[in-house]
Amino acid sequence: MKLYNRGMVIAGIVVFLIVATFPLWYGRGKAVPPPDLKLDTPAIQGLKEKLCVETAPYMRANHMKLLTVWRDDVVRKGKRTYTAMDGRVHQISLTGTCLGCHSNKKQFCDRCHDYSGAKPACWSCHIIPEEVR
Amino acid sequence: MIGQHLEISVLAILILTLSALGIAFTPLSFLLMVILPYAAFVIFIGGFIYRVVKWAKAPVPFRITTTCGQQSSLPWIKSAPLESPSTVWGVIGRMALEVFLFRSLFRNTDVAIVGQRPVYGSAKWLWFFGLLFHWSMLVIVLRHLRFFIEPIAPWIKGLSAIDGFFEIGVPTLYLSDLTVLAGLTFLFLRRMAVPRLRYISLVTDYFALLLLLGIVTTGLLMKHFFPADLLHVKNLALGWVTFAPAAPKGVGTVFYIHLSFVFTLFVWFPFSKLMHMGGIFLSPTRNLANDNRMKRHLNPWNAPVKVHTYEEYEDEFREKMKLAGLPLEKE
Repeated sequence: MKLYNRGMVIAGIVVFLIVATFPLWYGRGKAVPPPDLKLDTPAIQGLKEKLCVETAPYMRANHMKLLTVWRDDVVRKGKRTYTAMDGRVHQISLTGTCLGCHSNKKQFCDRCHDYSGAKPACWSCHIIPEEVR
Repeated sequence: MIGQHLEISVLAILILTLSALGIAFTPLSFLLMVILPYAAFVIFIGGFIYRVVKWAKAPVPFRITTTCGQQSSLPWIKSAPLESPSTVWGVIGRMALEVFLFRSLFRNTDVAIVGQRPVYGSAKWLWFFGLLFHWSMLVIVLRHLRFFIEPIAPWIKGLSAIDGFFEIGVPTLYLSDLTVLAGLTFLFLRRMAVPRLRYISLVTDYFALLLLLGIVTTGLLMKHFFPADLLHVKNLALGWVTFAPAAPKGVGTVFYIHLSFVFTLFVWFPFSKLMHMGGIFLSPTRNLANDNRMKRHLNPWNAPVKVHTYEEYEDEFREKMKLAGLPLEKE
């Protein structure tokens, strides 16, 4: 069986292959180490029990939703405390509570956000502590 | 069995969802995360090429002229170089219009009986929502590349930034997510609501739309309602493209359903109507120049016919014809 318009058809298939396998050849198959999050700030090392506001898996997946709730609680309802699932009460403050421990935005926040391509709008209002000092 | 096509499609989607849920909580998740991605990708690529080659083996001996515009003829007759192209560049232009703007769907008409008389009018809704769906789908696929390459290319970040321009909610709502949902919902409701369309719709029509709706819905659920751990998701995707896949733990159940739908789409794609993605380029009414009057196109399987032309006839009988006083073309 003859392949009609052989040149055009093969060119089309080659273009399709190049486009469809883009992720395979773009990185040249080099293994990329997952981001290394630094949890060794002085504030965290001073903690007796190394625990975030909620559990680590919950925070990893839901921190952005928690922060939205916090923002609405403070800005719209004037509520300044948050009771975690385990009963601990935290002060609602990005700069005070979150960044109090995670004072290393570049080695903590940015590592994951750059890796997953998430660009949060936190810093269009909030100050970045490292940059002020 | 008219009328059961929708039910069968819904059932197929439910079975897929349930098996994904079943897999999520068993060691079989290794299969879904590590083996199935490669199998699905190979079937997609292989099936795609198989279909294209199969089409390319069918001879198209004659130009199929569709009367969408005046063909090129005498210099003083104005021709339509894009609607009825006679050159390669014209064909490329027509194909680009078709692929990027769905030119022939723009010609869609509708007929209604007005006062016992059929009245024809233009119907652009299918064109509009079809175009909306396809472009949104493209943007979404391109945005997903952020999981497959590291560092993320600037153009992917730029695309995501434009897509989430209005910064509605946290995480940002992407406009393409809304428009893809609008497009698919229209295409689905159209088949449900119009009796004539419902009559001709088959399992494959409903299944394609429901599968895509399933993918979009699970994607939106993961982004806005049951967040998946993106760190694990990207580790997994990078594992696939560097051929060192590792099944992550605790990425969320919705992610398993999303993946099952996507792999089903990949496997089913080459053997379904969705192959119009490749087929559009091999459509004879779109990719052949309308040059029937300028060039002679020979049917490739014509049997060789032994012909005796007038010139040969004259050569053979020249002397006799001369003697009989018959007129000759060559003396």
